[in-house]
Amino acid sequence: MEDICLKVEDLRLHYGESEALHGINLELPRHKVSAFIGPSGCGKSTLLRCFNRMNDLVDGVTIKGKIKIDGDDIYAPGVNVADLRRRVGMVFQKPNPFPKSIYENVAYGLRIQGVRSRRQIDETVEKALKGAALWDEVKDRLNDSAMGLSGGQQQRLVIARAIAIEPEVLLLDEPASALDPISTLKIEELIYELKDKYTIVIVTHNMQQAARVSDYTAFLYMGDLIEFDETNTIFTNPAKKKTEDYITGRYG
Amino acid sequence: MKEWFKSGSPWIWLSASTVSLSLIMVVGLIGLIAVRGLGIYWAGTVDQYEVKDANGQTQIVIGEEYDSEAVSRQRLIDAGAKVDSDAEFITRYLIKTGNRDLLGLDFKWLTEDKIIAKTEPKDIVVFERREWGNLYGFLESVKQSGQVVNTNDVWQTFNERLDHALDLHEEIRQIEKHEIGGINYKLERLRLKEKKLELGGELTDIAKQELLGGKKQLEQEYQSLQGNLNQLYKEIEKDSISVRVSDGKIVEVTLANIVRAHMPNSLSLLEKIGFYIKSIWLFVSEEPREANTEGGIFPAIFGTVMMVLIMSVIVTPFGIVAAVYLREYAKQNALTRTIRIAVNNLAGVPSIVYGVFGLGFFVYFLGGNIDQLFFPEALPAPTFGTPGILWASLTLAILTVPVVIVATEEGLSRIPKNIREGSLALGATKWETLWRTIIPMASPAMMTGLILAVARAAGEVAPLMLVGVVKLAPELPLDENFPFLHLDRKFMHLGFHIYDVGFQSPNVEAARPLVYATAFLLICVIIVLNLAAISVRNRLREKYKGLDN
Repeated sequence: MEDICLKVEDLRLHYGESEALHGINLELPRHKVSAFIGPSGCGKSTLLRCFNRMNDLVDGVTIKGKIKIDGDDIYAPGVNVADLRRRVGMVFQKPNPFPKSIYENVAYGLRIQGVRSRRQIDETVEKALKGAALWDEVKDRLNDSAMGLSGGQQQRLVIARAIAIEPEVLLLDEPASALDPISTLKIEELIYELKDKYTIVIVTHNMQQAARVSDYTAFLYMGDLIEFDETNTIFTNPAKKKTEDYITGRYG
Repeated sequence: MKEWFKSGSPWIWLSASTVSLSLIMVVGLIGLIAVRGLGIYWAGTVDQYEVKDANGQTQIVIGEEYDSEAVSRQRLIDAGAKVDSDAEFITRYLIKTGNRDLLGLDFKWLTEDKIIAKTEPKDIVVFERREWGNLYGFLESVKQSGQVVNTNDVWQTFNERLDHALDLHEEIRQIEKHEIGGINYKLERLRLKEKKLELGGELTDIAKQELLGGKKQLEQEYQSLQGNLNQLYKEIEKDSISVRVSDGKIVEVTLANIVRAHMPNSLSLLEKIGFYIKSIWLFVSEEPREANTEGGIFPAIFGTVMMVLIMSVIVTPFGIVAAVYLREYAKQNALTRTIRIAVNNLAGVPSIVYGVFGLGFFVYFLGGNIDQLFFPEALPAPTFGTPGILWASLTLAILTVPVVIVATEEGLSRIPKNIREGSLALGATKWETLWRTIIPMASPAMMTGLILAVARAAGEVAPLMLVGVVKLAPELPLDENFPFLHLDRKFMHLGFHIYDVGFQSPNVEAARPLVYATAFLLICVIIVLNLAAISVRNRLREKYKGLDN
């Protein structure tokens, strides 16, 4: 296989007593889009949130196993979580811009890193907004509140915010599920453009979407990774019966 | 009927009527206070009554009708009065006659059967004096060093001379209060400096010389000011007027003793309105006179506002930090729950208890120790070891901190989780997330807490009596002498002023309208403070709106 960016080794996750992920093994290739599909509650979002240690915020979660990004175990003791999250950006299901101006939203990550130079921030904001295909729509109102944007624009703003700090990996947790079809299309086009520069992992409920945007697809079911392969293979010739049942709509 | 109950309309009617009742009560209360309080500044007519006295002699009474009541005939007879009327009920008037120095009292009761005639002479003058209250009478002549100087128009000459006298008075006050006050303040500082050096064993001859030089210079300044002052006093004492009062006697009054005068019966409506506005302005901008029963209440307004501001400056950061810790950092367990209950209960502790705590802890313990450590040169006279505006503000700050904590926690808990996650996912630490996103977004809730705190603190009186409020403060806590803000000073407060004027005053009848006026002003001050805070909050809300989508 090609260049591996993110490697999961026997990952087990407990919510208190109950186990939600039963030993996941997975290797995600660099600069490709990988999609996680599966029925609700199968653990795909939980798995995604392990990659930037968002699950640390949830009380009672314990994690065993390893997740390596470029060979570094992100759960090793002494790892700086804030640094990790700079390397692994995340976009959530519901657009969550900060109640600040459009400009300040994109500059947020830079300011956190202590970047002071006005010129550098200006350049990065422009680049990130262009990267998120939002620049043309907002360039004349960068100082307006981000809350005034439409849902689709907000979601692209959040993506711009994430790519402004140039992460290696971009996690997308059902990024289009709260959007209308046109906005969804824009997000999908954006994902297609972004994969040249970022390793993208996307969780989606929408199988057509997975088929459209992703290079690889993982099917999860009840906390187990059933199958992981090239998207084409998964959708046309799945190796497992469960995958086929799910894709043909027999459950889920 | 059953249908009607089922439809829920009775409950709608019930809640609507309770709301309107509360509204009516609030409006009624403020209206009553406003009418009673602000009414006294209207220049009412001054009447001249011809009255039969007990011996059947005719007597002249001049004064303003202040109040009236119907009294039964029997009651008057029982009280030993001779009643000349057959009517069942007789109206009795309370007349404000002023002239306390001549009559012993400001007020007089007149029963209607004794009144022979009532006229409104156009040329009755009401003089407001610095001492002895109002003087009612007819202006006879204006004198200078005992010589009559007026032309035919006495009133005009009088006004010219009065303006002159008021200018002089202002000049005298300026010198006494500000310039001589400043010199005294500097002298006191020099004395303390000397004492300090002496205590430290550093009082060398050179230092002594320097201090002595400073003192000499100040004393010289003082002498020259005193000279000026004597001259001004001589000048102001020259002018006087003769006034004919109700019983025909002629009274001499120096102009130095007169604040202002007007002829109420010859004022037009427009002039009356002008006079009214001026009176209100004097009420809010002047210092009190005559044991607070006359003059204005400016120091009390100033003290109230300043105390509330200092309290806000203290309580806001303290409450916010406590709430952020409780909500964001502390583990949510039995201990934090107990702390929360304790904080909520603190809001219910009677305020006088806080006063006692403030006196014991802040004034005696903290203040006493501060004096020992930093102001040993002033001992045994206390600097901070005595009630003052700082301790009053601190006491009110702990009184109101629960409100701020509760409101802030409420605000923090309302911030959506995905905003926090969004910030954390960008590599912000918890602290950065709080500082850059959560706290600004919760700031409207913090302002709500502050608004509630201000409303409570501005109206609080009981604890203040123990920790810093006085009946009459000679100096404001903010003035032109270094270091300008004197947190150790005692101050006046509107709430206490109401109590003082209403219950501790030597002249209750005269003070009553002042109680209403002061109460109205206190409400106004609280409303203004609240409106200021509310406008800040609304601006913040506008800035961080759209959170709920």
